[in-house]
Amino acid sequence: MSPDGTRVVGSATADQVEQSGPARAREILASSTFRLALLYAFLMGGSVLILLGFIYWSTAVYMTRQTDATIEAEIKGLAEQYRSRGLSGLTTLVAERSARSPRGAGVYLLTDDEYRPLVGNIEAWPAAEPDGDGWIDFRLRDAVSADDREEEHAARGKVFRLQGGLRLLVGRDVRDLTAIRGLIREALGWGLAFTVALALAGGWLMSAGIKRRIEAVNQVGREIMEGDLSRRIASDGSGDEFDQLAVNLNRMLARIEALMASVRQVSDNIAHDLRTPLSRLHTKLSQLRDVDLGAEAAAGVDEAIADAEELLAAFNALLRIARVESGSRRAAFADLDPVVLLHDVAELYEPLAADKGQHLEVSPAQSDAGPEALHIHGDRDLLFQALANLLDNAIKYTPPGGHIRVAVTTDNGHVAITVSDSGPGIPPELRGKVLQRFYRIDASRSEPGHGLGLSLVQAVAQLHGAELTLGDAAPGLRVALRLPVAPKDGPRGARAGNGH
Amino acid sequence: MRVLIIEDDAQLAAYLSKALREVGATVDHAADGRRGLLLAAGNEYDVLVVDRMLPSLDGLAVLRTLRASDNNTPVLILSALGEVDDRVEGLRAGGDDYLVKPFAFSELHARIEALLRRAVPEDQPQTHFKVGDLELDLLSREVSRAGKKIPLQPREFRLLEYLMRHAGQVVTRTMLLEHVWDYHFDPQTNVIDVHISRLRGKIDRDFDQPLVQTVRGAGYVIREP
Repeated sequence: MSPDGTRVVGSATADQVEQSGPARAREILASSTFRLALLYAFLMGGSVLILLGFIYWSTAVYMTRQTDATIEAEIKGLAEQYRSRGLSGLTTLVAERSARSPRGAGVYLLTDDEYRPLVGNIEAWPAAEPDGDGWIDFRLRDAVSADDREEEHAARGKVFRLQGGLRLLVGRDVRDLTAIRGLIREALGWGLAFTVALALAGGWLMSAGIKRRIEAVNQVGREIMEGDLSRRIASDGSGDEFDQLAVNLNRMLARIEALMASVRQVSDNIAHDLRTPLSRLHTKLSQLRDVDLGAEAAAGVDEAIADAEELLAAFNALLRIARVESGSRRAAFADLDPVVLLHDVAELYEPLAADKGQHLEVSPAQSDAGPEALHIHGDRDLLFQALANLLDNAIKYTPPGGHIRVAVTTDNGHVAITVSDSGPGIPPELRGKVLQRFYRIDASRSEPGHGLGLSLVQAVAQLHGAELTLGDAAPGLRVALRLPVAPKDGPRGARAGNGH
Repeated sequence: MRVLIIEDDAQLAAYLSKALREVGATVDHAADGRRGLLLAAGNEYDVLVVDRMLPSLDGLAVLRTLRASDNNTPVLILSALGEVDDRVEGLRAGGDDYLVKPFAFSELHARIEALLRRAVPEDQPQTHFKVGDLELDLLSREVSRAGKKIPLQPREFRLLEYLMRHAGQVVTRTMLLEHVWDYHFDPQTNVIDVHISRLRGKIDRDFDQPLVQTVRGAGYVIREP
């Protein structure tokens, strides 16, 4: 039951309306398969990030260690030279090596205790402070720039203290290292981006694919709910989960169809086995009534006849509902004018209402799309039956002097036939229940009737793809039957209108 | 009145035979389609009562065969199938009326009477009806009783016309719904009774002799008392 207390039966096929782009995107975002795909992309991206991070870290650390080991080895060598050949030996060696790599891989600088350069291939002691182990990371400015443009790049070195406050800086230009590190970072970044993009695209495709297959199942489900129980889900024979689902659902549908057929068989048996003796009973009672009976016996026979008639009516109504629900009556559908139908039924019931002192009014038809829109496709006799049941109820429950209004309106491709009365109405919480078979609000069941009238109306509504709404006429009950307008090129008027 | 019942339900057939004999008919019974066809083709009957679903030869096939050999005996089809398309199919096959099971015998009887009346050939379509001092003219669409004009609504006129066409015969409420209102449906209340009582108010109230009479358990009849 929807929040406004109305109940909707036999929904129209609104899903078939073409969807706009944003609506479609929203639908995909809302689908559980897409959310799964998104989660999958997220986890995949995360693990790739961790893996690539580890590769980057180990590569960078390995290369830094290599550089450091080279520097350590060189310092060790120079320290040995210093020990064996003294300061002059060291100076010669540093000058020699500096000359060999003016601004190449090796960086050398020997300073005094005031950091004044003595020999080396850089001009000044770097401004950066060395750490506890003497390691120092600094920026190296190209002494001679080919195109007179000062360039800076990273370098790393170690400070070695000599006697007398002298300091030796041995370093390496690590710009290649930095460049490689950058390259690795870039490659890792792209890799991560590709992974996420692929995961997202895959998720989208997977979601759309799954959605398409589920939608195929849903479509068949909708068609079956509209009454075509012979529909089956297409099976591609691949044997995958969806195929198995289709096969199982089809088996289930076949079983349901067989059960429903046997229910119909039972109904027919009831028709044959129970209705026939019942009508015989009715006839025999009627014949008995013709015999000259005493007044008391005659009254008893009359009551028995009335009971038999009530039973027969209930049987007929029940079997009728079953037939209507089976959907087989669509074969008798034709184009018809709801205004003529409504006038006919109102005319039939008007004297009954007048006898009870009620006013039965037919409101003039209102159409927002011209009289052409006032055509529906349906079973003339069943729709008449449905409207007759609604009017019958309205007359039954409206007090003398009350008003009953019937109207036909069109809006937005639908024809709404409404029957409103000024009776006690139906409380919102009972509006769904009154459509159930044999349900009667009047618990004492003092009013005549078998509680099948509205069930039949509901079955007729479902057969026509119509909405049956029970609402408040304030005061009273307002029943609306909202039918789709007949397609313009449909078969015209075979049994339309009054048929005369 | 000679009636042939082609019906495989032995109980129903026995019951119908007995009831029809009680109202003065001569009844033959065939339990399957083939035998029914042989009887119908070899004898003169006033009316055939044919069940749709029969062993050996389907009721509609019997009907088509009879019609193809120019046998125009009125046929009332009996069937448990009461839907519109079944009805249309039955009438198209050559049936004259269609009755859905179960039915009250009075309904069957009234319809057989109506079929017998229809079978009498008319030289000219009747346009003037008279029952006692009540007259109805189809051309001028006027109704008068004892020379006094009675204004009627269109539907009341058609109701009276149908009753007068079958003057002296019982017409059931279902027959009235089908022929005067042209809808096949089950009214939950006897809505027809109210229309009849309105009609009575116009044609019977101011006169000593009521013409429209209620037949208990069956329907209505218009006749001179």
